[in-house]
Amino acid sequence: MSPRIFVPGDSGAVSVGADEVAMAIAAQCSQRGLAPAPIRNGSRGLYWLEPLVEVERDGVRVAYGPVGVDDVPGLLDAIAEGADHPLCLGPTAEMPYLAAQTRVTFERVGVIDPLSMDDYRAHGGLRGLEAALVKTSVEIVDTVEASGLRGRGGAGFPTGIKWRTVAGTQGPQKYIVCNADEGDSGTFSDRMLMEGDPYTLLEGMAIAGLAVGADHGFIYLRSEYPHAWRTLTAAIERAEQAGLLGHDLLGSGKRFRVELIKGAGSYVCGEETSLLESIEGKRGLVRAKPPLPAVEGLFGLPTVVNNVITLASVPAVLADGAEAYASKGVGRSRGTLAFQLAGNCARPGLVEVPFGLTLRELLYDFGGGTASGRPIRAVQAGGPLGAYLPEAQFDLVLDYESFAAGGGTIGHGGLVVFDDAVDMAAMARYAMAFCAEESCGKCTPCRIGSVRGVELLDRMIANRDGDGSANNDTLLRDLCRTMVDGSLCAMGGMTPFPVLSALNHYPEDFGLAAREPEEIR
Amino acid sequence: MSEQAPSPPHAGADTAPHGLLPALHALMEQLDHIPDDAIAALAKSHNVSRADVEGVIGFYHDFRRAPRAGRLLRICRAESCQAMGSEALAAHAERCAAALHESAAGAPAVTIEAVYCLGNCACSPAAEIDGRVLGRVSALRLEQLIAGQGR
Ligand SMILES: Cc1cc2nc3c(=O)[nH]c(=O)nc-3n(C[C@H](O)[C@H](O)[C@H](O)COP(=O)(O)O)c2cc1C
Ligand code: SF4
Ligand code: FES
Repeated sequence: MSPRIFVPGDSGAVSVGADEVAMAIAAQCSQRGLAPAPIRNGSRGLYWLEPLVEVERDGVRVAYGPVGVDDVPGLLDAIAEGADHPLCLGPTAEMPYLAAQTRVTFERVGVIDPLSMDDYRAHGGLRGLEAALVKTSVEIVDTVEASGLRGRGGAGFPTGIKWRTVAGTQGPQKYIVCNADEGDSGTFSDRMLMEGDPYTLLEGMAIAGLAVGADHGFIYLRSEYPHAWRTLTAAIERAEQAGLLGHDLLGSGKRFRVELIKGAGSYVCGEETSLLESIEGKRGLVRAKPPLPAVEGLFGLPTVVNNVITLASVPAVLADGAEAYASKGVGRSRGTLAFQLAGNCARPGLVEVPFGLTLRELLYDFGGGTASGRPIRAVQAGGPLGAYLPEAQFDLVLDYESFAAGGGTIGHGGLVVFDDAVDMAAMARYAMAFCAEESCGKCTPCRIGSVRGVELLDRMIANRDGDGSANNDTLLRDLCRTMVDGSLCAMGGMTPFPVLSALNHYPEDFGLAAREPEEIR
Repeated sequence: MSEQAPSPPHAGADTAPHGLLPALHALMEQLDHIPDDAIAALAKSHNVSRADVEGVIGFYHDFRRAPRAGRLLRICRAESCQAMGSEALAAHAERCAAALHESAAGAPAVTIEAVYCLGNCACSPAAEIDGRVLGRVSALRLEQLIAGQGR
């Protein structure tokens, strides 16, 4: 029997040539009379090695990467002869980057054929839904609450509590909304999961529906993810055929449908109320809270809004029990988090680990330092609204509470690495400019403040070799305080974090002398 | 709470207000812009005012009112790609496009735009040509794309 060959169909892998490699392998295989089509799996998340080709022999998958089109003939020769190949990385599961991870939510990503329901079942899929179908709604909510699962979209709100509110609110119709807007720079875990194991997300949404009494779900997917759109469209159709979705979930008589909605290039539409407005066909203006979406959400009805990774973590919680999930992690941060290493990083990729590692362990043990080989000067954690952290803070422990106490945000788990060539005043200016560009415009501190912030930073940058910065420094800090105190949502309310952290930790980039960091929270 | 339930979205999904975004996306796919004469028709079919339609079009980066020339090259300018030199790449691309525009009449036009994260941050710097995502983009690759060579 010819060995099974895997070439990721993940859009990140495709962006560096995986389609061309897959075609070359298919052509070579048919010439050699081998099983022709390679399986297009998701990505294992070791992006510096993409396209990462795997060959399965006697049930063991061996990795090769990064494979270019020109490497294909030699690679197939080596495989046929059982010989060594310079690109061989050994058995995939034993690669240190993967072996050191605890893959729970991403257990199947990169392993299975994303759209094969047989693969999904064979690798433990549907066990969560089966377990949920024999529980009452209250028991499902209890299980999720006991697991300690918190929202992976940004705010870290306990998922069980959110679900309990929706379950306890009466309404003629309730909704499950999946937030797949993934706008944060440095993050790609939602995309990887939707492209690599879409049924897990659909299963999580169906379980959420059973838990709160909703039979209709929406996935709000950003338009920058056409590949995920195609995968999800196909997955929803097949899931309906297989009874994972539809009017008779696994023969139980219960119903759940999922509709896919395309975003339109707005960052703020990732904020949950703006997202609901957008699904309703309006401009993405943020709504004042209360009422919470759990009480008055989509079309005014009780709505669960959860991130992709939150929902995709639910099947494992139901399948293996709350205790198994809660046994991982530290403090009030239970389970695993899928960190994403990006920017100027030698080994960028997805790292799913229990909470409790330090930033340093992620940046060096996994990330291997910078891609440029120069020292790491700054790391932005938690997306464009997260603080810049200097070396002195790399020993912060990555759990929600400890990290926040150190001035950081875990957010959606993105870590963007910068080497010592970075101009931190330029990054601060970028943060304000991004806010000015993406502000929904509803409140003044954000709408006007961000524009003033850009002006101030431009003046500081123009004057940084002279003596004009100090006065602007005071103005900028005042402005930031106004934005933090007076903004309706975290767009205006957290943009000051990257700005002030740049100012506090890297004053020299602004032409300022070091000073006591002002406590601004 | 909701005494009078709003009309459920499943009924008449194409024409209710919440069908507006999908309708605009469909127009973008067909025509690559939203023509003026579509506005009144959209307002009528979705039961909203013309101002509402224009407000929605204006709010979202994806919707364009005027047609655009040639291929669309979007270069990611968000933090992860900045850390890998996207600002210099974008400036280089602009210069190449300008030079090509001056020299070679008839060279295939490229519109260059900024985009903020393509979800390909582990392969920064990233770009997108006519909807296809590219990773680890070099200055040479961009030059070739702008000159109409390569994919
Ligand atoms: C400006 C802004 C952008 C946001 N973008 C996203 C996003 O892209 N994806 C996401 O899941 N949450 C995003 N959030 C957080 C959501 O508002 C919300 O907290 C989250 O979807 C709740 O789901 P969770 O509890 O599962 O995390 C954003 C928040 C703000 C203020
Ligand atoms: S802070 Fe900014 S984005 Fe948030 S509601 Fe106010 S104007 Fe809109
Ligand atoms: S920041 Fe460029 S792809 Fe994410």
